[in-house]
Amino acid sequence: MKRLQEQARGRDIGDNLIIRTAVRLLVPFIQLFGLYVIVHGHYSPGGGFQGGVILGASFILLALAYDLRTSLRFMSERTNAILGNAGVLIFTGIAVLCALLGGLFLDYSALDRLISLGPIEWRSLGIFLVEVGVGTAVMSIMVSLFWDLGSGGEMDEGL
Amino acid sequence: MLWIAGFLVVAGIFFFAVGVLGVLRFPDFYTRLHAAGKCDSLAAVLVIFGIALYNLVDFSPLNLLVSLKILAIAAFVFVASPTATHAVTEAALIIGVEPWTKKDNPQ
Repeated sequence: MKRLQEQARGRDIGDNLIIRTAVRLLVPFIQLFGLYVIVHGHYSPGGGFQGGVILGASFILLALAYDLRTSLRFMSERTNAILGNAGVLIFTGIAVLCALLGGLFLDYSALDRLISLGPIEWRSLGIFLVEVGVGTAVMSIMVSLFWDLGSGGEMDEGL
Repeated sequence: MLWIAGFLVVAGIFFFAVGVLGVLRFPDFYTRLHAAGKCDSLAAVLVIFGIALYNLVDFSPLNLLVSLKILAIAAFVFVASPTATHAVTEAALIIGVEPWTKKDNPQ
């Protein structure tokens, strides 16, 4: 035990092969599960917000197990900002489009005038589209919050 | 099938109880984490296997799909729980949490 403690003194927290291998194994499945939660949001527990949080948590896990630079290599700050804005744009864009086509704000059955699928199908599809927007925005904001808080806004070093 | 599922769930609850006993009764951080990490991994997997089997009591392709999803949770727990325990122990070792020894604490 004494020898183990002596060895551990020089190491950094998180610089560990077991944790890195497990994270590398788990992150793709976590992201797949996040997409599953977003897509199944209509008729099972889940939805845009929950799926977006799971997607964001996968990037945060990557940044915790490796470092901030590695997670920035997989999704740059610019991509992150574009994704976040695109998510909000999808949500409000579909809502305003419904209003412009003669329905209420977020009344998806009005989209039937654009492509004729039937109002009930459009309600289902509209919820799906809006949830994709919500999921993208939530993922981007989660990751961005972690980056800013973890590095004090510097984006170079961090946890 | 029902009896095997019930046995697995009861065995899982037994291991959870043993883990709680270990967390309450062991003397220091490392031994408590030992009890919590090992017992919780095994108990969670046993309970999840039991639930997956219970779901298959009235067999249909849809139930089989749900059981496979539950087994995916078991695989996730089996990888993630020991890794989390390892991470916490490693961090404690680096920070310098002292382990309990019999020499320092005579009966």
